[in-house]
Amino acid sequence: MIKFLLMVNKQGQTRLSRYYEQVELGKRASLEADVVRGCLARRKEECSFVEFKDYKLVYRQYAALFIVVGITENENELSIYELVHNFVEVLDKYFSRVIMFSLDKVHIILDEMILNGHIVETNKTRILAPLLALDKMAES
Amino acid sequence: MSDVVEKTLSALPGLFDSQTGAARITSRLRQLVKSITELTSKHEEESLIKQELSSMKEQVSSPNTSMKQMREIMVRAMYCEMLGYDASFTYIHAIKLAQQGGVLEKRVGYLAVSLFLNEGHELLLLLVNTVLKDLQSTNVIEAYMALTVVAQVFPKDMIPAVLPLLEDKLSEIIRRKAVLALYKFYLIAPNQVQHIHAKFRKALCDRDPGVMTSSLHIYLQLITESPDDYKDLTGSFVTILKQVVDGKLPVDFNYHNVPAPWLQIQLLRILSLLGKEDRSTSELMYEVLDESLRRAEMNHNITYAILYECVKAIYTIHPKAELLEKAARCIGNFVLSPKINLRYLGLKALTYVVQHDAKLALQHQMTIIECLDHTDFTIKRETLELLFRITNAQNVTVIVEKMLDFLHVYEQCTTSYKMNVRCYVPMITLTFAPDNSWFIQTMNDVFSTGGDLLQQDVPNNFLRLLAEGKREEDDQLRLYAVNSYLTVLNGDASHLPQRFLQVMSWVCTTTHTHTHTHTHTQNKNSAMRLIQILVRDLKKSYLLNISVRLYSNFKYHFSSSTLILEGVKRVWGRDGYLRQNETTAPPVDEPSAAVQPSGQQEAAERLEPQPEPSTQNQDKLQLASSLFVGLGAGSSMSLLGKSEAPPPRFRKKPRPHESSSSSSSGTSERSSDSSSRSSHSTTDSFLYGSLLEEEPATSISAFSHTPKSSTANGLAQNKDTKEDRRANTSQILGGDMVIVRPNTFQDKHPSLVSSDLTALLPADLKDLPHSDVISLTSDPSLSLSSCRLFRDEALLLVILISNCTETVIKDVAVQLTCEELEVWNVMNCLEGNSTSVCHYALLMDEPHTNVSFTGTVSYQTQPGHTNTLSFSGTLSAADFIRPLVVSTEEYGKLWLSLSHDVKQNLKLLTDASDPLRTTLNALKDALQLHVVDIIGSEGIVACRLLSGAPCLLHCRVNGAALAMWLRSPHPALPDCILYHCQRALAQH
Repeated sequence: MIKFLLMVNKQGQTRLSRYYEQVELGKRASLEADVVRGCLARRKEECSFVEFKDYKLVYRQYAALFIVVGITENENELSIYELVHNFVEVLDKYFSRVIMFSLDKVHIILDEMILNGHIVETNKTRILAPLLALDKMAES
Repeated sequence: MSDVVEKTLSALPGLFDSQTGAARITSRLRQLVKSITELTSKHEEESLIKQELSSMKEQVSSPNTSMKQMREIMVRAMYCEMLGYDASFTYIHAIKLAQQGGVLEKRVGYLAVSLFLNEGHELLLLLVNTVLKDLQSTNVIEAYMALTVVAQVFPKDMIPAVLPLLEDKLSEIIRRKAVLALYKFYLIAPNQVQHIHAKFRKALCDRDPGVMTSSLHIYLQLITESPDDYKDLTGSFVTILKQVVDGKLPVDFNYHNVPAPWLQIQLLRILSLLGKEDRSTSELMYEVLDESLRRAEMNHNITYAILYECVKAIYTIHPKAELLEKAARCIGNFVLSPKINLRYLGLKALTYVVQHDAKLALQHQMTIIECLDHTDFTIKRETLELLFRITNAQNVTVIVEKMLDFLHVYEQCTTSYKMNVRCYVPMITLTFAPDNSWFIQTMNDVFSTGGDLLQQDVPNNFLRLLAEGKREEDDQLRLYAVNSYLTVLNGDASHLPQRFLQVMSWVCTTTHTHTHTHTHTQNKNSAMRLIQILVRDLKKSYLLNISVRLYSNFKYHFSSSTLILEGVKRVWGRDGYLRQNETTAPPVDEPSAAVQPSGQQEAAERLEPQPEPSTQNQDKLQLASSLFVGLGAGSSMSLLGKSEAPPPRFRKKPRPHESSSSSSSGTSERSSDSSSRSSHSTTDSFLYGSLLEEEPATSISAFSHTPKSSTANGLAQNKDTKEDRRANTSQILGGDMVIVRPNTFQDKHPSLVSSDLTALLPADLKDLPHSDVISLTSDPSLSLSSCRLFRDEALLLVILISNCTETVIKDVAVQLTCEELEVWNVMNCLEGNSTSVCHYALLMDEPHTNVSFTGTVSYQTQPGHTNTLSFSGTLSAADFIRPLVVSTEEYGKLWLSLSHDVKQNLKLLTDASDPLRTTLNALKDALQLHVVDIIGSEGIVACRLLSGAPCLLHCRVNGAALAMWLRSPHPALPDCILYHCQRALAQH
């Protein structure tokens, strides 16, 4: 099961966080800081998975941005590693023309893919369909 | 990943920071993000966010704020909360936005609700009406949004209100989302959705793959809970997987040309749950699993992710040899991959499969060893996890050593993911400890390095084990523990974790009250000293509560025993107890050498230059041989050209809680291999294993290291000589060494002597393998011990005569009478507290199963006043048997030339994977035989009596028995050997 997904920059500033298990607001900032520290401490030649508290972290770096997923023991690390990439490909597909800050839209995309900590959709067309429909309706 | 994708993705961070093309509506958020990014201190961030929040507060309460603006405020509120600042004043506006806004605003409103509100938040009730309205909307987008939020967060009590609407949606285009919402309901209130199980089935058979995929979440959950109720669906899952694997899904379900990989993974998980321990169900899926393995040949991460699940499934369901083989081969592709992520997953797969078949680890020995030394914490950690799964009585010391090394390096490793490595050590230590000293030392190491990070059941199990045993050896274990604590406390005790001190205080209380046999005085005295030190140390610093408890525990004993009362008084007095005690109590002052941490000792040994050309590779081979020993017959030693597991230095002590602790560690191969183990991480230490008696039960047992009359210094020397000896023998004997070891020997005189008298052996005899020193007899002046040394041409019986008094004893004469010879040995004098050695070379001309010897020592303590002390002992034919090294051809020729033969069926040790080899090895260990060859179900073995007569053994597996055919030129020899074979197997 997926416990959380974070997008963090190299300075450790959170760009997006989604928790699939209740974590108190006050504790999130320090948890995220620890997660980033854990990932930044890793070297390039080391694997993309690292233990962290009760979770295993799967992280993937895109330029200055880290995407980190906290998962439980029974999850398949490599499939999550590729899920991150699938997510990024979807983002790339959607935002390729209009680059702008869209915290809400990234969330909407993510909600199509992961629900209650489970992977519910990986088909790119289907992930984007509701958002594209929304955009179309908003336009008209 | 292709380079093109990589490049476009590198622009991704721009999504969040980009200055260009920002729409008006997001400009305020952009401004906020930009300002936050530029700040340098947490304090500045705080004040900026506070400012932002108060301006937002103003805005939301203003009647002029449009829905569009409200949407923008809501995104900013999400951002503030994401940074950890409370924006709860916006929650109600999020609900309002979902209620009143246009589609885009509505979506953001719902999104904010799902981010802000937890299940059970009271404001959620206000959302119910909006959801109900939207579910009935003719606008499918609105209904879809409502379903999305229902699937994320919905008040449990309101499920009945929304359920009928949800069921209606199951036939609409957005039914996929409705299924996911039902799944959510199942998770939070399973009883509410009991009646719609038929609809789940319908969803599973839906022609839309998305709907079917969504239903799998429900099924994975249901099947995890009760697999038996869903066996009838196996066929459906198999068919679905088959279609996916065959590429029947639309192309947009592909990810990098792999058809719906995450769906495949989900299906494989479901199948493994269904096929687990169910042969007929498993048979339904063999074909598709085979197909999955075969199809996943493309070299992409995601195919490996699928393969991993596939391998796991194959090893979870009822086994099929052919598939297991393929899956095992498949793991090779992972662990040998240069890609570190694949290697990690390979290790994880291996960790899983070795629980079912420990031998699989053998194929990847060298990779595992490389991973153990890997700089990557995660890889190292996973490798230890793997080793934990393959721990047995033979490799436990090496594995524990590796784990402790790891814990010393990663002291802060407090991760509770899976289980702590810290907790593995005590778990396997409790289960497989080869001897008392190692056990106590390892546990001390565990308790002193991060003992406070242990789970409470670790000290609990340890203490229970120490408390419960009622035999003498349990008393000795307790004594050993107490003595080791005395040493620990002699050093700087201030850094010791509280948990460790608690354990110590508890152990000494227990030792004091639970002592059963004659060692009790020793135990009680040691415990008292420990209490004294603890109380002294604890009083002056922390842990007052422990000392109070100690005191109250012992106060209780005040009334029950005056003897103890006296002891306690002394403890609480000033130094009196300690000084008086030294004359009567065993000298526990200098246990340092005896309790030298084995880890350190071994570490030091590894640093020493190896006698063999010590290339790095050689080290690895040796490590491999000690790590993977006992996993498969013969195979573990193959790297070093040996075909046998090393003999035990100590027989494993049966532990009362072994079954419970091994069940908690949950591996299957635990029960075997209780009799032998590797004594050290290097193979040349095998011979060392033969230096000590196999059966400690009545003789000197695990305490042979504890000094009695020698000082710490002397003992250290003794250690050195042992190590030298070890190095020497390994050089001499090399790779093809035949292990000569003593047989089991029943000592007729249970001994109290625990000194390491082997140190006193003449230098030219030190290199010989020998038995433990057994006490023969003693009187107030002299104490006599014997030791058997196994020379190639004779048995050396060494009699050690120790003067226990302070005065010189003169005219000591020893007479030994045996069937073979009679020897006088006269010494002029024996200094006070010294030991002298007489040795006799013995041969056995006529085979006898046992022979006894008697003797007397005469001596003078005062001139003209002669005392005599008689002694006796038994020697077994096995002491006089040596391996006969012949080739198979020579054996064949010799076989034909021998006249006397005996045939008999013996017990076959069937509990091992290779019964014949295991049985022959057991015989070899006990009787110093030479296993010439093993061909199929037959084995040929040769030995000789010291006087020269050979005996050949031909062994054949005959059902559950071992048919043994012995031939020898000597008529009595086969019977004699047969007798000892039977005995060795019976004791196994």
